[in-house]
Order: sequence, then structure tokens, then C-alpha cells
Amino acid sequence: MENNTDTEFLESLADKEYEHGFVTNIEMDILPPGLNEDTIRFISAKKNEPQWMLEWRLKAYNAFLKMELPTWQNFKMPEMNFQGISYYAAPKNTPKYNSLDEVDPELLATFEKLGIPLNERKKLLGVKDDVADVITDEDGNVSERPLVAIDAVFDSVSVATTYKEELKKHGIIFCSISEAIQDHPELVKEYIGSVVPQTDNIFAALNSAVFSDGSFVYIPKGVRCPMELSTYFRINAENTGQFERTLIIADEGAYVSYLEGCTAPQRDEHQLHAAIVEIVAHKDAEVKYSTVQNWYPGDKDGLGGVYNFVTKRGICKGANSIISWTQVETGSAITWKYPSVILQGDNSYGEFYSVAVAKGKQIADTGTKMIHIGKNTRSRIISKGISAGNGQNSYRGLVSIGAKADNARNFTQCDSMLIGDRCGAHTFPYIDAKNPTATLEHEATTSKIGEDQIFYLNARGIDTEKAVEMIVNGFAKEVLNKLPMEFAVEAQKLLAVSLEGSVG
Amino acid sequence: MLSIKNLHARVEDKEILKGLNLEVKAGEVHAIMGPNGAGKSSLASVLAGRENYEVTEGSVTLDGKDILEMAPEERAREGVFLAFQYPIEIPGVSNINFLKTALNEIRTHRGLDPMTAKEFLQKSKEKQALVEFDAKLVNRSLNEGFSGGEKKRNEIFQLAMLEPKLAILDETDSGLDIDALRIVSRGVNKLRSENNAFILITHYQRLLDYIVPDYVHVLSDGKIVKTGGKELALELEEKGYDWLK
Ligand SMILES: Nc1ncnc2c1ncn2[C@@H]1O[C@H](COP(=O)(O)OP(=O)(O)OP(=O)(O)O)[C@@H](O)[C@H]1O
Ligand SMILES: [Mg+2]
Repeated sequence: MENNTDTEFLESLADKEYEHGFVTNIEMDILPPGLNEDTIRFISAKKNEPQWMLEWRLKAYNAFLKMELPTWQNFKMPEMNFQGISYYAAPKNTPKYNSLDEVDPELLATFEKLGIPLNERKKLLGVKDDVADVITDEDGNVSERPLVAIDAVFDSVSVATTYKEELKKHGIIFCSISEAIQDHPELVKEYIGSVVPQTDNIFAALNSAVFSDGSFVYIPKGVRCPMELSTYFRINAENTGQFERTLIIADEGAYVSYLEGCTAPQRDEHQLHAAIVEIVAHKDAEVKYSTVQNWYPGDKDGLGGVYNFVTKRGICKGANSIISWTQVETGSAITWKYPSVILQGDNSYGEFYSVAVAKGKQIADTGTKMIHIGKNTRSRIISKGISAGNGQNSYRGLVSIGAKADNARNFTQCDSMLIGDRCGAHTFPYIDAKNPTATLEHEATTSKIGEDQIFYLNARGIDTEKAVEMIVNGFAKEVLNKLPMEFAVEAQKLLAVSLEGSVG
Repeated sequence: MLSIKNLHARVEDKEILKGLNLEVKAGEVHAIMGPNGAGKSSLASVLAGRENYEVTEGSVTLDGKDILEMAPEERAREGVFLAFQYPIEIPGVSNINFLKTALNEIRTHRGLDPMTAKEFLQKSKEKQALVEFDAKLVNRSLNEGFSGGEKKRNEIFQLAMLEPKLAILDETDSGLDIDALRIVSRGVNKLRSENNAFILITHYQRLLDYIVPDYVHVLSDGKIVKTGGKELALELEEKGYDWLK
């Protein structure tokens, strides 16, 4: 039975203002819109890159010119005017500060306002009087805020990386990719493009040609990274695209947990974000990569918002290695991303845990690919899609079992939750099994936030807004639990805020 | 405490409550019995504020306040509690966190500070003991995968935690085994006080052996057609409802 008032009630979408929509006024070096070989030469020169890097970029650019936009996704691809984008925007007086004191206070204030602590001194001095150093979880348990090293990327460049010295003691390299090209060219040369080839797709080719900055991580043999590593991306300038590139290498037996966050100001035109993340896990290594994606989603009528076309892939190169993707996707007008794992090493394991929200006019087309090549490789996919308003949420996944992948196993679970009657949830699970010893399990559910559930919570004194927040967080719990603890709390809040006003 | 006057309510154009009157004073226990489909759960839903019921006539006041004007959560905060005939499952929401949120909403409404985690856990332990509620269920997801009886007992645990003025128990006894029935009844008896009141909706006079009501009402075709003392329940057990028509 459908109750009318409740349906309307569920559908009335009062859009909550995007919290991070402010613009920072700061002097910028901005390249005028346009894309040709000179653009690439300019970027490469600006970064003082070696010749091989420039050649690599140009090769990608030539491939890009011959490539077409993909057509298989479950939405109409918007027109992409690659000539209308500025490919380089950086705060003046960069790059690279030797100390945080040199960073433009306006920039520091921006990251402060976004809740990103670029000030590490307090911690290093062991000062703990700051309330923010202590976090309380939902059960009221109090714990010390774990240390997080942060690489902050503002438009096209990395403006600060914290805890570098501390990490160096362990032999860990954590810096911007621009610095890595200067200081560790042999590592970059060996691994860049080795997981996501330049020609993987048109956005990957574009990124390879024009990538401006991003983070680089190398964890040496047998080292467990003692803190969370994190990159925070902020698009600020108008008409710019953000093309960052992250490369994470975990050598044999190494471990690292890495988190990526992002926001952008509210603008009426669309902004393109085409990033690449490559992860390499050698024998016995483990990499956990978590994303909380909160790019500007556009307004409720679909004006503005970030086009998020991202290629993320990891390779479990050595035996017994583990790569785990966790993502909470609440922002962007369009999200097109499929963090994947190539399970090459025997007994390696890949995971994909995802919550994606599509509300208003948002489109989320996301999922994963698990490519089983080695023996006894296992993978696990947990996808939770939440759709509200006119949002369209698609899960797209491929589980591929190669001929030599004896005893491969996959478990896939796709749950969709609908809030209201105008949104949609779609699943496209593909399987390509070339080995009869594989065990594949797939489960899928679709549920509506029921008026019964809301009423039950109402009847205990909880208002509808909070009731929806609880139900949604409950639905996404399995994924949220995968995030590093303090980010799980943040992500819960973010989910609640992003759905505020979706009901009632 | 509760005063219902000439209450008419409909759902989907069908009139279900047809001029119902009921007065409940603080400290009292009222049992409501009646045939299937008579409107007992509908009455409970209307009191709790379920949206799809439309009140077309009459009034309901709780300590003089018109509750029909209030949203369901406001009624709960004012002290109305409905133990559901069919409690709802909410996956991933922990029972205990849900209760903490609910309790603090109610406390805030009453001008009290939210309880700290420690105070809350203390209270939870006391109430678990009072209604003999399994500690394992406290930390599970709200009603998810609970057996029928466990769900019912969870309603009583919530009741003990939230300490409402007026508790409406809609067939809480159905689906309970004999021991559970005794335990739940004992719990309710301990929660009874001069300041609160209970409405027990039930089909079985057995419950009323354990929780002795001050009044028994028969609800039939949307109205209270007979009111008596505890002995009325015994008479109904023997004769059924036909003789009242
Ligand atoms: N949403 C609805 N739409 C149409 N009819 C409804 C709806 N809800 C309840 N009814 C009808 O209202 C009448 C009263 O139902 P109600 O659940 O209140 O009965 P009850 O006295 O609690 O019965 P039982 O003893 O079986 O629990 C029934 O005829 C039922 O079918
Ligand atoms: Mg009933």
C-alpha cells in the first residue's frame, strides 16, 4: 500500500547547502583555457621536469587525441569541452614551502576551515591540551586522535606535506608526485603507468598528459607505516580541471593505510576532475586505501557540480598481498569510477567496500573490477548504493577469473536503498570465468526506507531527519566500519548531512 | 491522564474508529479486548500518531494537552509509548545506540541534560535486570533477526528505559512462551506506579492473571461496547464476543 502524504513527504527535497562551497581569494598563476602540446610543455617546464617525463606526457597526449569518450555507462555522457578547461592553476609564490610558516595564511586558513590540520607542531611537541586531539565515538568512548600525515593539494599543486621528517626515519617516502619526479625518478619511472596504462581510457590518457600534482608514497620492505597517510584535494580556481595522480608502492611485507578527501567551491559551471591512483603491493604487502569524496554535487536542479571521472587500480603483484579499497562517495554531479584490483600474486586478496549517494540530480556509476590471475586469489565486494530525489545510482562490477586462477573465490553483495519514488538503483554485475574451480557468490537486495521504520523511530521520540540518518548509517555500517576510526565518525556525519532534507 | 472523547478515525476512506470514549487515570491499568479487526491496533496507532490514520472527529488529551496536534516524536517525548504488535527491524542500527538517542531526545524535551555514556550504561544494566533482558540482544542491530518473542521483550526493555507516562502494549503477550510471559508481566508490574498508566491490548485473559487490570473494555467495530472489571475477561473467555453484538 502506498500512502500519498508519505510519498510526497519522502520526495520533498529541500537541499541542504553544501558546506564547503566557499571560495578562497588568493593570487593565482592560472594558465588560460586550452589544450595542445604547448600546454603540456608549459606544465612540465613549470615543474622543472626531466625530459623523459615530458616525453611520457606527450605520448599520452597523442594517444588521447585518438581516443573517444566511453559509451557504456548508464547515463548520458555530458559534452566535454576539453579546450574550455584551464590545465594549470597554482597559488602564486609556490611551489614548495620549507616550513609551514611560509605558507600563505589564507591557504592555511582554508584548510583549517575544511577541518584539515596542516599544523603538525603541536603533536610533535607532544602537546595534548587541544580538544581536537581527542575523539569520542558514538558509544562515548574517548580515544586519542591518531596521527595523520597530510599532503594538501590546492588546485594544481601540493602546498604542504606534514610529518615528512618523522616518516623519513622509517625510510618512508611521502611527498607530492612532483617532488618524487625530482628526488626519486627511478621509482617514478619504474611504476608510473604500470598499473593504469596511459591508454586505459580517455580520462586516463588526459591525466597522463596533463597531471599537475598528487601524492607519492613508498613504504620500504618490512615497514609498517606508523601513521595514517592522507591527501586532501581542494579545487578552488574557476574553470580549472583537477588532474592529480597518486602512486603508492608497498614493498615486500610493508603496510600502509591511506586516506583521500576532497571538496570544491560551489560554482555554476561544471568542473572536471580526472584523477589516477595506482597502487602496487609486493609480496606480503598490504595497502588500505580509503576515500571520502565530497566534491560539490551541483544544486538541486543540476546546475554546476564536479564531473568526477577517475581511474583507480591496484595490483597485488606478489604472493599473499592485500589491497583494500573503501570509498564513501557523497559528492560530484557525476561519479564514474571503478577502483579495481589485479590479483596477480598467488593467495592475494582484494576488497572493495563502497557507499555511494546519489541525490538531487546526481549520477553515481561506480563499482569495481576484480581480476583474478594467480592461484587461490580471493576478492570481496560490498557495495551500498543510496538514492534520493532524482538521483541515479548504478553499481557496475566485473569479476574476471583467468584460466590459471585455480580455486579463486569472490563474494559480491550489492545493496540498494531508495528514498522516495523518483530515484533509481541499478546493478550491472559482470562475470567472466575461465577456470571451472572458481567459487563465485552474488547477493543483491533493494530496499526502500520504509515509513514503518521511520514511524517506529518517531514513536520513540526521534524526529524524521534523525531517523533517516540512523537508518542510512545503519545501512552503510559495514562499509563505514572499514574506515579508519576517526574518519568513520566524519563519514557518518557527512552521509547524514548529504541526505539532510531528503525526507520531510 | 488520558482522555479520549468521541474519537472517529479512518484509513484509506474506511472508517475504523467510530466514536470511541476512554478515560485512563494515573496509576491505572486498562485492558482492551475485542475481535480481530475491531480496531484495537488502529486505536494504538492513532494515539501514537501514525500518519495514514486521519482523525475526523473527537479529541484526545494527555494531561490536558491535545496530542492529536502533535507529531509522533513529540507525543513520545510527552510520554506516550507504544509497544508495537509487530516491532520493526532496522538493520545496522545498534539497539543500544538507538535507545541512547531516544532517551536523550526525551530528556532534552523535558529540560534535562543528555545522559553521559556511563550513566546511560548504568541505567541500561539496571533495566536489563529488571525486565530480564538478554545482554546479547542489547548490542545487536535493532530487532534484526530477533525471534518474535525477543522482539516483544525488546519492546518491554525499551519501555523500562524510556519510562513513559502512558504505555500502550499491543498484543505484547502474543508469541511469548510461558516463561517469557511471566517475566514480561513481572517487569510491567515493577514498572507500574502512581504516576503512569498502561493500556494492555490482548486476546488472552491469561495475561490478566499476571498483570491485574483495573478495567477491562471490549472494543468492537470501532467502539467500546462494554466495560467491566477483571471478571469480564473471564466471561469473554467463556462466551466469546457474539453475545455483545
Ligand atoms: N492501511 C489500512 N488500509 C485499509 N484497511 C486497514 C488499514 N489498516 C487497518 N485496516 C483495517 O482496519 C481494521 C482494524 O484493524 P486493526 O489492526 O486495528 O484491528 P485489531 O483490532 O488490532 O485486530 P487484531 O486483533 O487482529 O490485531 C481492519 O479491518 C483492518 O483491515
Ligand atoms: Mg491488532
